[in-house]
Amino acid sequence: MPLPTPFSPGREPIPVSWVEQASSTILNLFVNETTARESSSRRTLGWVLLEFLGSMNLAITLLVVVAIASVIGTVLQQNQPYSNYVLKFGPFWFEVFRWLGLYDVYGSGWFIGILGFLILSTGVCLYRQVPSMLREMVRFRTQVQVHSLRGFHRCAEWWLPNQALEDVSAAVTDTFRARGYRWRSRDNEGHRVVAAMKGRYNRLGYLFTHAAVVVIGIGGLLDGNLWLKIKEWRGQITIEKRDLSARDVPPISRLQPGAVPAFRGNVMLPEGATANFVFLRLRDGFLVQELPFAIELQDFQVAYYDTGQPKSFISQVRIHDQEHLGNQPLNATIQVNHPLIYRGYAIYQSDFGDGGSKLEFRAWPLSSPRLESATMKSAVGDGLKLEGSNGPLRLEFDNFRLFNLLPEPDVKPDDRKFRNFGPSISFKLRNAVGEAREYFNYMAPAQIEGRWFYISGVRARADEPFSYLHIPVANNSPERFLRFNAWLHDAARVRALLERVAPTTENADFQRDLNVVRANLLALFLEGGFAAVSERAKAVVPADRLREATTLYFTILRDTLAEIFVEVLREEGVNVEQGIGKSDDAFFNDALSALVALPSYGSPFYLQLTGFQQVEASGLQVTYSGGTVVVYTGFALLVMGIFIMFYTSHRRIWAWLAVEDDATRLVLAGTGNRRQADFAQEFSLLQTALARRLGSAPQVD
Amino acid sequence: MAATHQAVLDQWESVSLWQKLTIRDVLWGLLVVAGSGYAYALYQGYMDSYEVAIQIGATLALIAWGLYWKPVRLFSLTVAGLTVVALWRYGTDFDLRKSDFLLKYFLESQAAFMWMSSLYVLATFAYFAALLGRSEFTGKTATALTWIAATMGLTGLLVRWRESYLLGADIGHIPVSNLYEVFILFALITALLYLFYEDRHHTRAMGGFALLVISGAVAFLLWYTFGRDAYHIQPLIPALQSYWMKIHVPANFIGYGAFALAAMLGVAFLLRTGAEAHDPNGLLARVLPPLELLDDVMYKAIALGFAAFTIATILGALWAAEAWGGYWSWDPKETWALIVWLNYAAWLHLRLTKGWRGAPMAWWAVIGLFVTLFAFLGVNMFLSGLHSYGSL
Ligand code: HEM
Repeated sequence: MPLPTPFSPGREPIPVSWVEQASSTILNLFVNETTARESSSRRTLGWVLLEFLGSMNLAITLLVVVAIASVIGTVLQQNQPYSNYVLKFGPFWFEVFRWLGLYDVYGSGWFIGILGFLILSTGVCLYRQVPSMLREMVRFRTQVQVHSLRGFHRCAEWWLPNQALEDVSAAVTDTFRARGYRWRSRDNEGHRVVAAMKGRYNRLGYLFTHAAVVVIGIGGLLDGNLWLKIKEWRGQITIEKRDLSARDVPPISRLQPGAVPAFRGNVMLPEGATANFVFLRLRDGFLVQELPFAIELQDFQVAYYDTGQPKSFISQVRIHDQEHLGNQPLNATIQVNHPLIYRGYAIYQSDFGDGGSKLEFRAWPLSSPRLESATMKSAVGDGLKLEGSNGPLRLEFDNFRLFNLLPEPDVKPDDRKFRNFGPSISFKLRNAVGEAREYFNYMAPAQIEGRWFYISGVRARADEPFSYLHIPVANNSPERFLRFNAWLHDAARVRALLERVAPTTENADFQRDLNVVRANLLALFLEGGFAAVSERAKAVVPADRLREATTLYFTILRDTLAEIFVEVLREEGVNVEQGIGKSDDAFFNDALSALVALPSYGSPFYLQLTGFQQVEASGLQVTYSGGTVVVYTGFALLVMGIFIMFYTSHRRIWAWLAVEDDATRLVLAGTGNRRQADFAQEFSLLQTALARRLGSAPQVD
Repeated sequence: MAATHQAVLDQWESVSLWQKLTIRDVLWGLLVVAGSGYAYALYQGYMDSYEVAIQIGATLALIAWGLYWKPVRLFSLTVAGLTVVALWRYGTDFDLRKSDFLLKYFLESQAAFMWMSSLYVLATFAYFAALLGRSEFTGKTATALTWIAATMGLTGLLVRWRESYLLGADIGHIPVSNLYEVFILFALITALLYLFYEDRHHTRAMGGFALLVISGAVAFLLWYTFGRDAYHIQPLIPALQSYWMKIHVPANFIGYGAFALAAMLGVAFLLRTGAEAHDPNGLLARVLPPLELLDDVMYKAIALGFAAFTIATILGALWAAEAWGGYWSWDPKETWALIVWLNYAAWLHLRLTKGWRGAPMAWWAVIGLFVTLFAFLGVNMFLSGLHSYGSL
């Protein structure tokens, strides 16, 4: 019966032919009334199940459902730390989504379920189709009725007076042979059918394609985390949620080599360190997968393009494996796109970081009258306890960077100039209550607008941008500025100085008041910069005189600061008798801006990085996937199958011959299961070829 | 006598490929081999053994393509010629692109892309004019414009390939490494696919619709060039430094191009059905391409796209197994490739096994384009993942 065709464009649907026969039986196997008819005899549960699983409708539905379900995991970032999700969704929805397994959709039971379903359905489909497909390949279908042949799209008919059936038949078979067809002929009463076909291997296309889907599916399951799920479910493992070092992880959270046929784990190795395990991230915890060998990271290098982008990450590793290598370790280089495959384990370059670089500092006090710098040693990942003015402080060293390639500050971004600002250290300063401020200090001074500065960034929250303190540099050191700053904090010395400097008036009392004012202004300034001063002015001076008063305050303050600065220079041994030079003047202005920034800097000291010994760490990913071979076989099948299916076609031609009086009637008809246009051409070629042999064009065509 | 007569007939009827080969075919093959050999001699220093293998494969593919579809010959020879001229003008000095007349106004990649862009847009108008005005001549012009645009596009890409090396030996790479470059590839492939069907089905009626999607790509390209100055040649991040890129990306874009083409034919299909329903002998109902043709080509395009996309996804998986530690990571880009693939698998089943035809399939093809578009653009714009390069 014809195909269920909701709507057919222009062309009337190709008349009933065995293609439709074939595919419509495929369809009718499942959904419509014929099912009932043929099944009523043997309607067992298993059979009904096969019906359902093998149904085209189910197949198409599943294809779409899987597609839609896959979207989820792409819009919601997968396998993040659970805390992120809580922040994102709030406790209630977090729980709901966790229950739905949305944080690892592709590992969740329901998703694997539908995937399995699709694969099962394809399998069943194969199971049901293959027999008929194979039959299609071998059967020549010599029982056709002439009227159904006449109904074909491609059909031609000859009436050949005084030509013997045998001769015509021979002409037909010769033509078939010439065009590469195979045929069988069959004599029924009164007529002969010569049934020919070509390209039957098209049928294998279907078989390969769908077998491939099943094979890939199975291989994929082998490589998925199904096994972990099973072990977990059977209580053989539990995931570890505390952050422990690998050696402290209890056996229940450890996997021996070969415990699962596939895993994907990571380990961060500092230079010089060795590991014989990797961590498997799982939901909000991890497992330790032990390896049958040890990986030692000898050296890790990052190379950069001169645009600043990274160019290569290269790990020099050494594999230790008593059992297989004895005492000769295996040296290898691992880089992105060039993993090391060892005993079926693949080792990839996947990440990098700091492996605990050794650091040396000089800590300069920022709010004390004495400038006694302390030197200290630490390492990235470690911390230091300090005694602050109000309660203990804790220093935590987060990261060290050897290069900081940043866009040139003074040029427009388009002409892509980069500068290396050299080594930097980032650390946190945590107060007694646990609040932390984050700092980012460059080791070397940087030149900006022709002047040099020590740059230190600070921020109170991780999501804020850094704001930077620029400490002006004199003779390659922050010392002059810091001494100036210390001076200002030494109230006694300031007072002494103010007294010493030449009185500005005869009136001694006024002079004294003036000095008090100067001292107070200075104090204000140190607390809150110029802002604080104008605040105070607002508070004490009537509005109408505010503006002139403020300017007056500022001038006085500036003079005072200038006098102290000159004093600092004098102490340094700079000759200041005939005023200060241009550069010192610039320095003074930069110093003022720095002083203004200090109150919001929020650290009682400036930490100057004075020395380091970098230790890099390389993030290696180790994977073992037993299913790979299976999957790749599937890939090969899939490609072959699809091309065979699309670009070859199974063609059948029938010649129906009968003797009528002293003439022979010949009906030639054919069809192909793909590429109708090509077949039309093929048929007409064959028809003309035959016509030439018969010496007569067809009467009907 | 009879026997020999038979023999002659058989002879005549079954001519093998080898007998069909003409002098010109052989010449074509030799020319391609020679050109490829010359390129190899020049640049072998930059290639590893895999890339040499890829070059050999590409050479054979080009020969086969030229045998299968003749116009390819003139096209590739022109492109080769122009490229050689450009490289010759360049020598080893990238800055010549600013001073050398020929480079500055025609062959420097940027210039070539501008020519390409404007020609595609012109071609679009020409095709529609030809369709509505029933003008043979305008139609021919449209075809010519499209061919020239494609020529400039491919030339531009090849020249850009060389330019990336002039910029720095360690920077050089095939220009299919970011959104900017692949948009040009997309336009190129879609245009060639269309031209193929135009030639094989002897009709220009579909041209406007095919060129419409290309013009869309061009519009994006221009915005991307001037709005985001994304045209700069960027060095490759380590993840992309692999010979896989040379085959994975182009394969993908054959898929994208074919699907886009199919979708536009779907649009034409829906327009025509609408027009016929509205007024069976109105202008549109008469000039729009016949439904049968659209349905046929739509199927062919989707089949081709599906095949190419399957290969591309598999190549992607093989690459991932080398770069990311597994052939499948459910990375957004991968996953969307799967979504696209499943979507068209469903389409093919509906058509072949359930015999669906017409409007529903056309709609589906159109929707399919949006799914494809998201896989190709949306993922880079909105989602983060391992493929996070080439983001906007
Ligand atoms: C991921 C799963 C599947 C993929 C990728 C797939 C792929 C394909 C492709 C590419 C074709 C060729 C279509 C054409 O030539 O236009 C096809 C045909 C076909 N598929 Fe599937 N298929 C899948 C699942 C299924 C399932 C589950 C069934 C069973 C209901 C099925 C039954 C068929 C049938 C009967 C044909 C027609 C074969 C012929 O007549 O030559 N497919 N499939």
